[in-house]
Amino acid sequence: MRKRLFIILPVVVVVALIVTIIALSGRGGSSIKITGSNTVTPLSSIWAEEFMKIHPEVSIGVSGPGSGVGIAALINGTTDICQASRKIKQTEIDQAEANGVEPYEIQVATDALSVVVHPSNPVSELTIVQLSAIYTGEITNWNEVGGNDVEIVAIARDTNSGTHVFFKEHVVQMQGLPTEDKSLEYGGDVLMLPSTKEGVSQVASNPNAIFYPGLGYVTEEVKPLAIKQTADSTGVLPSVQTALDGTYPIARPLLFYTDGEPTGVIKDFIDYCLSSEGQEKVIEVGYVPLQ
Amino acid sequence: MLGKTSSNTTAEPGEALRRRWRLGEKLIESWIFLAGILTIIVLLGIIALLLKEGLPAFWYTPPWEFLFGTKWYPISEPPTFGIMPFFVATLWVTLVATAISVPIGVACAAYLAEVAPTKVRETVKPIIEILAGIPSVVMGFIGLMLLSPLVQSAFNLNTGLCGLTAGIMLSLMSLPIIISVSEDALRTVPDDFREASYALGATKWETVRHVCIPGALSGITAAVMLGVGRAIGETMTVLMVAGGALAVPVSPTDPMMPMTAAIASGIGNAVRGGLQYQALFAIGLTLFILTLAVNLIAARVLERQKRKFAR
Repeated sequence: MRKRLFIILPVVVVVALIVTIIALSGRGGSSIKITGSNTVTPLSSIWAEEFMKIHPEVSIGVSGPGSGVGIAALINGTTDICQASRKIKQTEIDQAEANGVEPYEIQVATDALSVVVHPSNPVSELTIVQLSAIYTGEITNWNEVGGNDVEIVAIARDTNSGTHVFFKEHVVQMQGLPTEDKSLEYGGDVLMLPSTKEGVSQVASNPNAIFYPGLGYVTEEVKPLAIKQTADSTGVLPSVQTALDGTYPIARPLLFYTDGEPTGVIKDFIDYCLSSEGQEKVIEVGYVPLQ
Repeated sequence: MLGKTSSNTTAEPGEALRRRWRLGEKLIESWIFLAGILTIIVLLGIIALLLKEGLPAFWYTPPWEFLFGTKWYPISEPPTFGIMPFFVATLWVTLVATAISVPIGVACAAYLAEVAPTKVRETVKPIIEILAGIPSVVMGFIGLMLLSPLVQSAFNLNTGLCGLTAGIMLSLMSLPIIISVSEDALRTVPDDFREASYALGATKWETVRHVCIPGALSGITAAVMLGVGRAIGETMTVLMVAGGALAVPVSPTDPMMPMTAAIASGIGNAVRGGLQYQALFAIGLTLFILTLAVNLIAARVLERQKRKFAR
C-alpha cells in the first residue's frame, strides 16, 4: 500500500506541473493590470469584460481599493494602469519620477459626485458650506439644515479613496469659494468606510446618514441631494446632463494614469475606452461620458 | 523492520546497525533543532523589520506625541500622526470582547468537561471548533448585515457600526479558543480531587466552583490570554463593522477605528519609505509591544499559578 503511494505521488506532481506549464504557455497573450479607484471600478470592469470579448488573447484584472492605492502602485511599478477619481498630487509626481516612473494622465469619463441621504429624510438640498460644516462636525443635527431633530451620521470613505481626497478639497475645504479654508479637516465623528458600496448600503438602512458616492453607485434606495454652490444659487441635482453642462458644482474627472504614453495592448484598451462604443458603456454604468 | 533488528542482535552486524540508528537520530535531532531555530529567526526578522521601518516615524513625530496625539491626518499637508484614537479603540473593542467571551467561554467549558454526558461533549466540541474556522471576513459580513442593525435599535444608537458591534463579533471569534483550551485544562484536573471533594460532602456546583476551576486556573488563564490575543490582532472584522471614526472613543457605542484597522486601511496608499508608511509601521510596533505585554503577563500568571498548585 505504502509502496503504491510512493509511485502515485510523483506521477501526480509531474502531471500537475505539465498541466500548469501548458496552461501558462497556452494563454500566450498579454495581460493588463488595473488598480486604484473604487469609484472607477464598475466602469473599468465593464470595459475589461467587453474588451476581452473582442480580444480573447488579452486578460485584464481590475481591482478597486482606492485611488491612493492605485497611485502608490503606479509609483512602485506594480500596476499597468492606475484608475483614479482625483488628480495625482505634485508630491506623488516627484516620488514617481524618483522611481523612474512618468505618470501620464488620460481622462476617461466624468463623475457627478453625489451626496445621498435616506429617502425618508425631508432635506432635499444643501449648500457647499453646509456640507462642509456637516463633515467637519460643526453641524451635528439635521434640524440645523431644515430636517428632523435627529443627529447626523456623516459617512465618508477612508484615506485610500480618491473620493475622500476630492471631497475634502472641494467640499470640506471649499476650494474655489470665498470661504475656502485649507486648514479644515474631516471631523472626528465621521465614519470612514472601506468601500463605496458599504457607504451606500448604510445610507439605505439608516434614516440619519449622509454619504457621497460617485453617480454610478446611486441606487433607488437612496436619495441624492441637490447641491447649491452658494446660499442664493439654485440647487442642482447630480445627473449626466448637469455634469455635462457644468452646472453641477462637484463634478470631477475620472482618470487613467500610465507610466509614460501608453503603447501596445494598453493603448488598444484605452483607445477602446475612449471610442464611442466604450463611452456608451459609461452611460450604462451611470457615469458621464466625455462628449 | 523490527523483526529484522531482533534477529540480528545476536549476530555481528548489530554494531553497524546501531551506528546507522545513531546517524538517523542525529539527522532528526538537527532537523528539529533547525525547525526550532527557524521560528526564532523569523521572529527576530519581524522585530528587526518593525524597528527599521517604524522607528524613523519618531524622528518626525516624537514618541509621546505619537502615542498621546489625538489627530491622525496622514494625507494632509503637513501630515499629523497621533494614534490615541486607535489605541483607545483597540482597548474598548478588546474589553467588550473579553467581557462577553470569558464568562460564557469558561461556563461552557465547565459544562462540557464536568456536567455534560460524553455523547453531548463529543458532538458539541467539534461544532465549537468549527466556529473557530469561520473566516473573519464572513464574521464581518454577519456583523454588518445582521448584528449592526440589532445593536443600533437595541441601544437606540445613531449607527450600528461601532465598537460594541465589533466587540461582540470578536467575542464570537475568541469563544471557541477559550472553550476548547479551558475544557482541555479542566479535564486534566485529576479525578482524585473531585472524589475528595464529593467525599467531603460538596455538591457538584461546589466541586466545579472550588476545586475544578481553581485546579485548572493556569490553563484557563492561558485560554483567556489566547482569546484576548485573537481579539487584539483581528483586523478584517473590525475594519468592516467598527465604524472607522477618528475621534477618541469615549464609550463602546461610538464608531471607532482600532489599530489593526488603521494599519489595514492605510497601508495600501502608503508609498514605501514615506512618512505615512513609517507611521503605520510604528503602529505595528505599538501593537506588537501590546501583544507581547499580554503574553508576558500571561506567562507570569501561569508561573504563579503553577507554583501555587505545585504537586
